[in-house]
Amino acid sequence: MNAALIIDASYFLAAFLFIYGLKRMSSPVTARSGIVVAGVGMVVAVLASFLYTLDVEEAARPHLTTNVTLAVIALVLGLGWAWWSGKRVAMTAMPQMVALYNGMGGGAAAAIAAIELFGHKAHGGIGLSLAVLGGLIGSISLSGSLIAWGKLDGRINKTLRISGLQAINGTLLLILVALGAWIVWQHGAVPTPLLAAFFALALFYGVMMTMPIGGADMPVVISLYNAFTGLAVGFEGYVLNNPALMIAGMVVGSAGTLLTLLMAKAMNRSVSNVLFSNFGAAGDEAQGEIKGSLKPVDAGDAGINMRYASKVIIAPGYGLAVAQAQHKLYEFVKLLQEAGVEVKFAIHPVAGRMPGHMNVLLAEAGVPYDIIYDMEDINGEFKEADVAIVIGANDTVNPAARTNKSSPIYGMPILNVDQAKQVYVVKRGQGKGYSGVENELFYADNCNLVYGDAQKVMVAMIQAVKSLEGGH
Amino acid sequence: MEYTTTILTGFVALYIFMLAAFTGFEIIGRVPAILHTPLMSGSNFIHGIVVVGALWALLNASSTLQQVIGFVGVLLGAGNAAGGYVVTERMLEMFKPSDKKKG
Repeated sequence: MNAALIIDASYFLAAFLFIYGLKRMSSPVTARSGIVVAGVGMVVAVLASFLYTLDVEEAARPHLTTNVTLAVIALVLGLGWAWWSGKRVAMTAMPQMVALYNGMGGGAAAAIAAIELFGHKAHGGIGLSLAVLGGLIGSISLSGSLIAWGKLDGRINKTLRISGLQAINGTLLLILVALGAWIVWQHGAVPTPLLAAFFALALFYGVMMTMPIGGADMPVVISLYNAFTGLAVGFEGYVLNNPALMIAGMVVGSAGTLLTLLMAKAMNRSVSNVLFSNFGAAGDEAQGEIKGSLKPVDAGDAGINMRYASKVIIAPGYGLAVAQAQHKLYEFVKLLQEAGVEVKFAIHPVAGRMPGHMNVLLAEAGVPYDIIYDMEDINGEFKEADVAIVIGANDTVNPAARTNKSSPIYGMPILNVDQAKQVYVVKRGQGKGYSGVENELFYADNCNLVYGDAQKVMVAMIQAVKSLEGGH
Repeated sequence: MEYTTTILTGFVALYIFMLAAFTGFEIIGRVPAILHTPLMSGSNFIHGIVVVGALWALLNASSTLQQVIGFVGVLLGAGNAAGGYVVTERMLEMFKPSDKKKG
């Protein structure tokens, strides 16, 4: 058998398994098997790649033993570290971990571009252009994702806001494009320091591009860099004449772009808005008068009230996960269900730190996915609900998004919790939401506030309902 | 007859890129929002295939500089693939429907 044939057949199989796996991942019923299918494709492709050793380039032949050793060490180290860290990471920290792994992929694509360019291996106008472009995008994805990881992980607290930053970044990008064009123009025959400068500048640009972006917008940015890495991988696949990289990279590039647009839309932000403007910098002064008063209520009373309701809808937010109260919440939900109460979860598209993040956090607590509803599916049901309870969410239930044109969150779709007969809001204190906007829902006539740590509140509710059963 | 790899260039490459782009668009377009996070992570895993390209580059390295860059590339690519797989699998494992038997 011919080694090239085995490699090509393996890549074909891998490409098929990737697409089939992604397809299976698009439904909650088959999702689990989808990632396994894609994983098999990856193993097949990596194993087949070792057949490259049978036919390496002339110049690399004396180094083959060293190169194979290096490859095995790198594979084992990378795989071992990622496996270890991936098993340990908490579900709340998932967004930054995805950012980190994604940055690594971008870095790998940039490394391929670097070898192609430093070793003068890329040929032809298109090949050279795509090598340069993939190197640029991959480098930006690497350093940008690292900054995103640092920000979400609380390691970088600063949000860089210097005047003229956009002009600086624009100039940087122009220089990068000019350098890249020069490399292509010279058929790649440029001095090594110039190539090094190109990559260093691209990495620096990734940092500068990400630093001014605030924490709330970070999910959109991570998704964007995910698409970037996909594109970079696809372009380098062209340079290496590797269809598996071309297909997988481009599938992720387009899927990631669509996902980014969906996320930005759910947050009522355009992607260019996220990248080039500072959220929360304005808007503080433009708040209208709020009528009504804050009415606190005891957690136990709220719990008992829900026990005698016929329909309860829960609107959870990131605060729930921060307090690690998902498990207690589900315990409470089960008590309500046993008492015959219909309970549903309503998930805002940007609940949590990424779209769908809240679903993962609830799933971790064992909440079955068929009582969890997307916003558009459940928003019509709030007016039939006896109780809507908001836990650790704020901006996603703020009616100002519907009515107050001067509010920075105006136009963002929200959960219609205010239409329920009774609203409870579980809150740690009187703080504002991520956007820094005051919430008029809290002052509404049908709204009561339950102050306290979400986990303690849930425990109090469980105890109140249980003592009720014990009394009979 | 000896098998030789087809060179994917010009319009053939363009066709591949176009069809792959539509595929990605179609798959994501029909996904319920509850799966967006695992799916982003899953697609993150899939571009971990870059490790294969990095492997080729490292195996064909002919200078110390290329070996160093190649080593870093394979290391990062392997991390992308393995990490992406582990976290995606962990997330998807948790998605379960309601217990069929009541109580």
